[in-house]
Amino acid sequence: MTEPTATRVHFYQVGSFAVGNRLLSADDRTVQSNPARTNSIDSGHRACQGCGEALGARYALDAAMRATNDRLVAVNATGCLEVFSTPYPETSWRIPWLHSLFGNAPAVATGVAAAMRVKGRDDVRVVGQAGDGGTVDIGFGTLSGMFERNDDVLFICYDNEGYMNTGVQRSAATPPAARTATTDVVGPEPGNVFGQGKDLPRIAMAHDIPYVATATVADLHDLERKVEHAMEMRGARYLHVLVPCPLGWGSASSDTVRLARLATESGLFPVFEAEHGVVTGARRIRRRVAVEEYLRPQRRFAHLFSGAGRPDVVARLQAMADANIERYGLAPDEGE
Amino acid sequence: MLQQIEGSRAIAETVARCRPEVVCAYPISPQTHIIEAIGAMVKDGRLTPCEFINVESEFAAMSVSIGASAAGARAYTATASQGLLFMIEAVYNAAGLGLPIVMTLANRAIGAPINIWNDHSDAMAVRDAGWIQLFAETNQEAADLHVQAFRLAEELSVPVMVCMDGFILTHAVEGVDLMDQELVDRFLPPYEPRQVLDPDDPVSIGAMVGPEAFEEVRYLAHLRQLDALELIPTVAAEFAALTGRASGGLVHPYRLEDAETVVIAMGSVLGTIKDAVDARRDAGERVGVLGITSFRPFPIAAVAEALREARRVVVIEKSFSLGMGGVLATDVAMSAPWLGQRLVTVVAGLGGRPITRRGIEDVIERARRDDLAPLTFLDLDEGVIARERARMSASRRSGPFAENVLRDLGTATEARR
Repeated sequence: MTEPTATRVHFYQVGSFAVGNRLLSADDRTVQSNPARTNSIDSGHRACQGCGEALGARYALDAAMRATNDRLVAVNATGCLEVFSTPYPETSWRIPWLHSLFGNAPAVATGVAAAMRVKGRDDVRVVGQAGDGGTVDIGFGTLSGMFERNDDVLFICYDNEGYMNTGVQRSAATPPAARTATTDVVGPEPGNVFGQGKDLPRIAMAHDIPYVATATVADLHDLERKVEHAMEMRGARYLHVLVPCPLGWGSASSDTVRLARLATESGLFPVFEAEHGVVTGARRIRRRVAVEEYLRPQRRFAHLFSGAGRPDVVARLQAMADANIERYGLAPDEGE
Repeated sequence: MLQQIEGSRAIAETVARCRPEVVCAYPISPQTHIIEAIGAMVKDGRLTPCEFINVESEFAAMSVSIGASAAGARAYTATASQGLLFMIEAVYNAAGLGLPIVMTLANRAIGAPINIWNDHSDAMAVRDAGWIQLFAETNQEAADLHVQAFRLAEELSVPVMVCMDGFILTHAVEGVDLMDQELVDRFLPPYEPRQVLDPDDPVSIGAMVGPEAFEEVRYLAHLRQLDALELIPTVAAEFAALTGRASGGLVHPYRLEDAETVVIAMGSVLGTIKDAVDARRDAGERVGVLGITSFRPFPIAAVAEALREARRVVVIEKSFSLGMGGVLATDVAMSAPWLGQRLVTVVAGLGGRPITRRGIEDVIERARRDDLAPLTFLDLDEGVIARERARMSASRRSGPFAENVLRDLGTATEARR
């Protein structure tokens, strides 16, 4: 990937194929570009600088609000998003919001949806949200139950690949070789193990629920579109959003969006959508990059590049990216 | 209308007449018949509108109830034993959030060793969770307590657990006068939440509270429990005026006048104890009974008042705190500190062991002779204990002790090696 330089950047070209809203038709502009948007999560919260989760949640919820004509309730698992948004007596939420526990947000969301249905308030829709720990690990049982019953809930996982709120510990969504506080860079195989991990979008698809999609904070327009599409449907829907974490990943706060883009452009994080268990679309890579380009700016992978480095480990990560590209047909279009 | 009916069925019929809007079901003996029956009523349209949700665990059952209640629906579920422990994090959470969920607890022992029969270990495990815990003596009272439970829960914004002895009550068929719908409706108005998730009036529920206010928040929850001490008798009195039945309240005194020996207990064993006390009274002994209906909040003043003239108190309880002793007895001792050594704990009925009238009469007699240790285990087979302890000291790998005990008793048929 060639870095944009000051001389080559035109006013709407930022090296990412992003296009300024002013060039889009009014209906195709982002929710965020509208000054009358809801601000579901208001400013003043305590997220870290460059927090991908705050960015993702803001776009996702404002899009959900627009899609439901502001008839929305959000249920939150314990985690960064909960902690930074609601230290008593302050709250960033301008929508009805409920936090119960770490591992039960999908079930609580089911309860809210059931209450709305029984009260004849079918217009009120429910979004559940959690980080990757609250989704793939401790909330996995309740999430699978919610999927299996096809409850009318959109569940959004903001995946920053670890337990960041508690000080960067490993989750089942932590990538191999990554340094966390519980997968230290010591011993012959530093960092997280190479294992199956939990590929939750695919597990969600195995439930044959109406809609499963992935997205990143590098393509917020795509994220908004997927949220709005999800809210047009009823039943269990799942959205898995990659949200880089400067604290946990050891990356610059200004690199959050760039890293999310590199995760997709390397193939490590496939962006796709599926309906009723069948993939219906995947976002092709525009300019393919080696995984190394994604890994190097992150201190959690620094041990792979210090001294003689670990080209063998990088090669295994590259193989994972290659497998994703193969599985979802992500290879760049030759015509590009 | 009075009818012969299984306890679980009576609960299901009564709960249905309380018009629950969201009911979660997860099977665990001995509460399963309750949610089965409610499920059938929802499915055939007799109970409507109601969402009946088959969840994947007790943790989900309480969590769905939390979401439903926070969104303004009347929520009900039932559980027992391991199921209660599996949902315990959500049990505390429901109370902390002030959600008026009503739950039946079909009291059952907790493993290991796994045991499906009745005792009170499950209820004791959540006594500090912030729920009101009411213990039913009969199936009639269990049914009536559910109607009162919704009233109490919703007036106070506190969840209520109706405890009824597993199998002994849940599976017993006996006469129960079921309240008809019109009567229940007169007693139980529609649920009007104090705080609710509503797009028209957004609130944040469940925010983090730090050291600067946590104690005050917890103290407020304690005050709501103290408020319940006032409200429980009021609601019971109103219920009595409506139905003519003395169900609920804080305590059930029985033949306490001039009693020198007072036996205290909770739940269905009170029936047996009353029979024993009647027999002792017939023999001229001054014995009475104090049934505890409200275990949380604990009616300190009512218990103290009832025990003012007692010379000795025997607390019979179906659970104990390992390494310490009686749980109920500790609360009674705190209510009547002047009793000192004149209060003894008798642990009985663990894991479904029958408590007989003869056994209780024996306890009363031994109490009269000051022949009860401060912590007595009723019908404990000392020989079995001694032999197992001998085996354990003889061999490091003496085998699983539950199995050894069963072999020793001859319950296990395999020849001893």
